[in-house]
Amino acid sequence: MSRSLRSGALAAGVAVAVITLAACGGEDTASSGGGGGGTSAVKVGLITKTETNPFFVKMKEGAASAAKANGAELMTAAGKFDGDNAGQITAIENMVAAGVKGILITPSDSKAIVPALEKARSAGVMVIALDSPTEPQSATDALFATDNFKAGELIGQYAKAAMAGKPAKIATLDLAPGVAVGKLRHDGFLKGFGIAEGDPAVVCSQDTQGDQSKGQTAMENCLQKAPDINVVYTINEPAALGAHTALKARGRDKDVLVVSVDGGCTGVKAMRSGQIAATSQQYPLKMAEDGVKAVVTYAKGGSKASGYTDTGVTLITDKPVTGVESKDVAFGLQNCWG
Amino acid sequence: MTATMTPAPARPPVSEPSALRRVLTTPTVGPLVALLLACAFFSFNSDQFLTGGNFSLIIQQVMVVGTLAIGQTLIILTAGIDLSNGAIMAFGGILMAKLAADGVVPPLVAVLLGLLVCAGFGALNGLLVTTIPLPPFIVTLGMLNIVFALTHIYSQDQTVTGLPDQMTFLGETFRIGDTNVTYGSVVTIGLFLLFAYLLSQTAWGKHVYALGNSPEVARLTGIRTNRLTLGVYAVAGLVYGIAALLLVSRTGVGDPQAGQTDNLDSITAVVLGGTSLFGGRGTVIGTLIGALIVGVFRNGLQLMGVASIYQTLITGVLVILAVTVDQLSRRRNR
Repeated sequence: MSRSLRSGALAAGVAVAVITLAACGGEDTASSGGGGGGTSAVKVGLITKTETNPFFVKMKEGAASAAKANGAELMTAAGKFDGDNAGQITAIENMVAAGVKGILITPSDSKAIVPALEKARSAGVMVIALDSPTEPQSATDALFATDNFKAGELIGQYAKAAMAGKPAKIATLDLAPGVAVGKLRHDGFLKGFGIAEGDPAVVCSQDTQGDQSKGQTAMENCLQKAPDINVVYTINEPAALGAHTALKARGRDKDVLVVSVDGGCTGVKAMRSGQIAATSQQYPLKMAEDGVKAVVTYAKGGSKASGYTDTGVTLITDKPVTGVESKDVAFGLQNCWG
Repeated sequence: MTATMTPAPARPPVSEPSALRRVLTTPTVGPLVALLLACAFFSFNSDQFLTGGNFSLIIQQVMVVGTLAIGQTLIILTAGIDLSNGAIMAFGGILMAKLAADGVVPPLVAVLLGLLVCAGFGALNGLLVTTIPLPPFIVTLGMLNIVFALTHIYSQDQTVTGLPDQMTFLGETFRIGDTNVTYGSVVTIGLFLLFAYLLSQTAWGKHVYALGNSPEVARLTGIRTNRLTLGVYAVAGLVYGIAALLLVSRTGVGDPQAGQTDNLDSITAVVLGGTSLFGGRGTVIGTLIGALIVGVFRNGLQLMGVASIYQTLITGVLVILAVTVDQLSRRRNR
């Protein structure tokens, strides 16, 4: 039976090794976080939907630099996948236990996160939603986000003008059912294009989860259904690039207008090579910076942030149309994320 | 393979000399030592770690996956595996939430229906494993997709809010000293104790271990193995239903996206708890410790301000090490 004793000892040794590893990780992050480990530093929590999406990586960068500049300590956490509500709740609880003054969160599920946020707020923590609102919006103290409806509206207006009166056959490559951001952009696009939901000009609508390969599949299926599509609205640039691949395979990449939302660097570069005609750029860095500043202000005895702060959206294109204000790709590259 | 030659170390011979020795040779000792070391480490590194409130929080955070892992332990003890448990829980949760929120039936009936349906999915898994028969991996992989789709179809991808208080009762707290404890935590601990008793003290438990060690030998000794397997999957399903209730009470909503990685997380807890993936060896108390190890690391690293990606890294390392320990102890056993 001594083998079990030995395995017990081995497991214990292993645990020590792992804990040492964790300690190293801790030091790294603490020094890069800029808090200096001082107990007096204001603690700010940032909870994103996932760790890996470039949009959230940029958001984290913005939060880290703002924390450094304001002498705050930044804690970060994320869900395991887009939609991981339980993971975000756990992160909120742990941050409240760690004594944060404020939490910045991009809610994975705008409704399901509400009870957890209410608990955090009743513990005196200020909560700011970044990028997407909660439902109801009053579940957070403030919202710092892109006006997603306006982002859609801008590319809708652009597409309408670029078509110059030609009859449109539109495909919409959307996000996923039940997600507010996707619906707002979609509805904004239709409004900008001057049509209503259910208009016969929209010949195909598919969900892409904002994913490049799913965007490609969706476009392939749309082209199968309606080969004469000439306008493609996409929820974001990965979906747009997927759509481009599908269009190219059909030899349609030159005569179809692809418009998108987001303004990530990969997406903006793809405009240079003509894969995307126009995109609405949003600014995750600014959302996070403003969020951290607001928490520091609150911690230093200032008032809580409140209401909705529009962090701005800009139409980016190198083929401007009359009547729709836009900036060129060079501007887009200077301000892109990812 | 070697199973027939292996006396199950989880069940030492009756003639074992000393009680102390028996405690030390239990396979849960390794995980327990790891858990205590982790707790000691985080206590030194964070002022907020070693408080009643924080431990209560950790238990709340692991109770859903921990409860799923009870069912997973039962199935793994029979040398099976369940990839569908998170999906079954999500369906059970959305069913309970929707029925209760829409006022179709009283909350208690909604909960009972949810439990029943989860047990039904478990039984269906068991039926396919025993009658066709198909490997548990394949059956539960298929079931994962089926139940996931049913959840999204039934819920129309909408999160269910506005639940009656009775549905979230287990999320309410009572006080022990200065610490708020949720009723759900008590239910979870109670379930672990119940199944620890059932597995170690009843004929049913002994049969489960026998089945995992060698189905053929188990059959020859007169155990009705098919019925036993079916029962284990059905009971596991019922436990997933309880996990669904715990989840709904914890989050306060019915969430169709819930549980997507919980199948793997529950396997992680089982493996970290020292239960062998080859069946016949392990304990549910080990699984509880395994779940707590994950929870303690996640909470402790967050309190120290370490980014969450390190939790994933460390969990991965721990899992491989835990299985290595299991394998090495088996080899020496040969």
